[in-house]
Amino acid sequence: MTTTLSPERTVTPATARRSLQFILTTGLLPALLILMCVVFAIVEPRFVDGSNLLNVARQSVFLLLIAMGQMIVLINAQLDLSVGATVALTSVVVASVTAASSGGPESVLLGLGAGLLLGVVIGLVNGCIVAFWKVPSFMATLGSTSVLTGLALIISKGAPIIGLPMIFSDALATSSVLGIPVPVLLGVVIAIGMGIFMSRTVPGRNMYAVGGNRAAALVAGINVRKTVILAFVLCSVLASLAGILLTARVGSGEASLGASFVMLSIAAAVLGGTSLFGGEGVLWRVVLGVLFLGVLSNGMNLLHVSSYIQELVIGMVLIAAVAAERLKRVA
Amino acid sequence: MTANPLVAIRNVSKKFAGVTALSDVSFEIKRGEIHALMGENGAGKSTLIKILCGVHKATRGSIALDGAEIVFDGPQDAEKGGIRTVFQELNIVPQLSVAENISLGSLPLKSGLVDRKKMLERAADALSGLGADLPLEARAGDLPRSSQQLIEIARALMGEARLLILDEPTASLGENESRQLLSIVTGLARRGVAILYVTHRMHEVEAIADRVSVLRDGKFIETLNAPMDEAIIVERMIGRPASSLYQHSRREPGRELLVVSGLGSATLRDVSMTVRAGEVVGVAGLLGCGKSDLARACFGLHPVQDGGIKLDGEQIARPSPAGMLERGLVYYPSDRRTEGLVLGRPLFESMTMGSHRPARITRKGFLRTQKEYELAHSIAEELDLRPMQLDRTSGKFSGGNQQKAVLARGRMRTAKVHLFDEPTVGIDVGAKADVYRLIDNYADAGHGVVVISSDLTEIIGVSDRVYVMREGRIAAHLTGADITEENIARSFFAAAPA
Repeated sequence: MTTTLSPERTVTPATARRSLQFILTTGLLPALLILMCVVFAIVEPRFVDGSNLLNVARQSVFLLLIAMGQMIVLINAQLDLSVGATVALTSVVVASVTAASSGGPESVLLGLGAGLLLGVVIGLVNGCIVAFWKVPSFMATLGSTSVLTGLALIISKGAPIIGLPMIFSDALATSSVLGIPVPVLLGVVIAIGMGIFMSRTVPGRNMYAVGGNRAAALVAGINVRKTVILAFVLCSVLASLAGILLTARVGSGEASLGASFVMLSIAAAVLGGTSLFGGEGVLWRVVLGVLFLGVLSNGMNLLHVSSYIQELVIGMVLIAAVAAERLKRVA
Repeated sequence: MTANPLVAIRNVSKKFAGVTALSDVSFEIKRGEIHALMGENGAGKSTLIKILCGVHKATRGSIALDGAEIVFDGPQDAEKGGIRTVFQELNIVPQLSVAENISLGSLPLKSGLVDRKKMLERAADALSGLGADLPLEARAGDLPRSSQQLIEIARALMGEARLLILDEPTASLGENESRQLLSIVTGLARRGVAILYVTHRMHEVEAIADRVSVLRDGKFIETLNAPMDEAIIVERMIGRPASSLYQHSRREPGRELLVVSGLGSATLRDVSMTVRAGEVVGVAGLLGCGKSDLARACFGLHPVQDGGIKLDGEQIARPSPAGMLERGLVYYPSDRRTEGLVLGRPLFESMTMGSHRPARITRKGFLRTQKEYELAHSIAEELDLRPMQLDRTSGKFSGGNQQKAVLARGRMRTAKVHLFDEPTVGIDVGAKADVYRLIDNYADAGHGVVVISSDLTEIIGVSDRVYVMREGRIAAHLTGADITEENIARSFFAAAPA
C-alpha cells in the first residue's frame, strides 16, 4: 500500500498557520510596540527622554479614555460614532459653566459634574435609541453626532469659549501627584477600574454574552436592553471625561475638539484585538493599542514627519489591524 | 471481487494538534448503495466526512476512488471526482431565487451575462431529477428549510455526482418532510448515486440504509448489513449493551405548578395546559403546529394577545425571560447554537450566563471566578459533559455536550418548572440517555417538566401525560394507556373540525 499523503506537506502549512495565529493573538502588538520604541530610540535619542515619555502618556490619556469606551460598546456588538461630538459638546458646556462660575475651587467640581452628567444623558439617549427603537447603532450615533455637533456650535456660536478660571486648568491639566500628571493618573486608575469591571463583574460579563450572542443572552435571562444602554452610558461618560480633561488642557471650550477620536478610538480598540462583531475584547490590549498609536505619532513628530504623512500612516495601520483580525478568524 | 468499490477508505487516521480524531478507519462504499455512518458525537464522523470531501487531509492512510488512489488538495478536487456534500449548515443565499441558488458558483453565461433561460432550465431539470417541485423564481429565504435542503441537494448533484454525502439532513425537518427527503434519497440511490448518510435517527437507518458503518472514539467498529437491528447498532455505538434509553419512575403528581389558559397569539389558538409538580408533560405535534411557541409564550419570548399564565399560583401579567427565570421557570431552547450558547466564548461562561447571582458566585457585586469555574465543573461532572476543558470555546464542543451546557442552567438556580424544547435533536444516544435521566430526576424531585418534541418515541418514553397540538390548538390530551403512537399520530393529521 502506498501512502499518498506525505506528512511534511500536511504539517508545514498548519504549523506555519499556528505560529502566525500565535503571533496574531498574543505576540504581535506587544512585539511591534517594543520594536517601534527601539527603532525610535536608536534613530532619535530624545525619544527615550523621561519628559518625552511622560509627554506620550499625557497625550495618550484622551484617546485611552475614549478607546476604552469604544471597546465596551464594540464588545456589545455596537458602535459609537458620536464620541467625537460628545467631546466637543462637553468642552463647550463645561467651558460655559465654569467661565460663569465664581472661579473658586468649587468651579472644578462644577465643571466635572456638568461634563459627566452630560455624558450620562448622551449615553442614555444613544443607548435607548438603539435598545428600544432597534435603530442600528451606526445610524443612531451618526445621527446623534450631527445633533451634538449642532448643539455645540449653537451654544458656542462657533467661537471658542474663553474665560475659564485658572484653577480649572491647574487642577485637571497641569498639576501632578508624586510627579505624575493628574490626567495620566486618572487614566491609569480608570483603566484598572474598567479592566476589573469588564472581567470581574456581572454587568461586564453580561456584555460579552450580549455581544457574542444576543438571543442566547436573552434566553439566559440577561436584561439585554439594560446591558446595551449601560455600555453606551459608560462610553459617553468616558468620552465626556476626555472632553473635560482636554478643555482643561486647551484652556477654552471648543466645538471643533475631538472629531479625530472617532476613527482613532475604533482603530485603537481593533488594534487591541477587539472584535467588530462583538463578544471579544480585552482591556489591557486596548491600552496597548492606544500606546501604539501614541508612540507612533510621538515618534513621527520627533522625526519631523509631516502631519499629512502621519495621517496616511495611521490609516494604513488601521487597515492592517482589521486585516489581521480577519486573518486571525481564518487561521 | 471483479469491480472495485466506488470509494475505498483504507487505514485513514487524522490527528489535530496531537489529538487523534480518527485512527485506522477502513471501509468501502459501493455504487448505488445507501451507506449509513453512525456514531456518537465526537466519534469522528465529521472528521471522516471532511476528509472525504477534501476539507481536511488524512494524516495517514489513503482513499481510493474507483480503484485509483486519490489525493484531494481541496474541496474542488473532491467535487471534480464526483464527491458532493450537503452539510448540516445549509449554504443558501436567502436573497437569491431558487434557480440562482441551484446554479450558485456555476451560473450559465451567454456573452458575459447570466443566461437566465438556461439557468431556469437547468434548475427545473435538477429538481425534477429529484422528483421535487419548487417555485424556481421564489426567493430561497422565503421557503421552508426542507425546500432549502432540496435546493442544496439539487446543486450538489449538478454535473456528475457519484457519491453524495448527507450530514444529518433531517435534523431540522418535521416528520412529513423527513419522509419526503428519505424517498428522494432512495430514488437517487436507485439511479446509481452512492449515498453516505450520517444520522442519529435509528428509524431512518432501518428504513433506507443498505449498510451501516459504526465509528466509536475515532475507531472503525463494524459495517453491518440490512436488515438492521437497533439494539445491535446502539450497542456498537456506545460500546456497551443498550439498556433502556428511557427512564421513567412511578410517581404521584402534586399541586398545579404551571397553568396556561386560553392562550392566543399569532400562532396559538385558545391553548390551555396544566403542569403539576412531579410529572412530565409531553407536547407533541408536527413542525409549525405551535408547540414551541407555547413554551416560548410561557417564558416571555413569544408575544400573546389573550389568555393567562399562572406559575405556582401567581398570575403572570407580562412574562419576560429574566422574570420567569427568577420565579423558577427555565426554558431550554431547541437551537443551542443560536439561542443557547455564546459560541465564541468559553463554555463555562455560557453555563453560568445569566445565573451569576442566583448561583451565589458573586460577592459584593464582583464575580468569584474561581467559584464560578468550580460550580460549572461540578455540574458538568454531574451531567457527564465531555471533554472537561470548560475554558474551550463553546463552538468546539459536540452537539450533545453543548446541549448539556445549556441544561446546566436549571442547576444554577432553584427551579420548579422546566420547559425542554426538542431536548435531544442532533445529539447522540449516550447524551440522550443522560438528558432523559435528568428529566426524570426533575420530576422525581417534585418539579414540573414539559417536553416538547417532534420525536414520537421520545414523547411516549418520557411523558406522564401528552398534549397533541395541531394548527395552534390542542388537538388531543392523552393520559395513561392512551399514550400510544397511533393515538398521537392520528391527532396530528385528523381533519380540522368543520
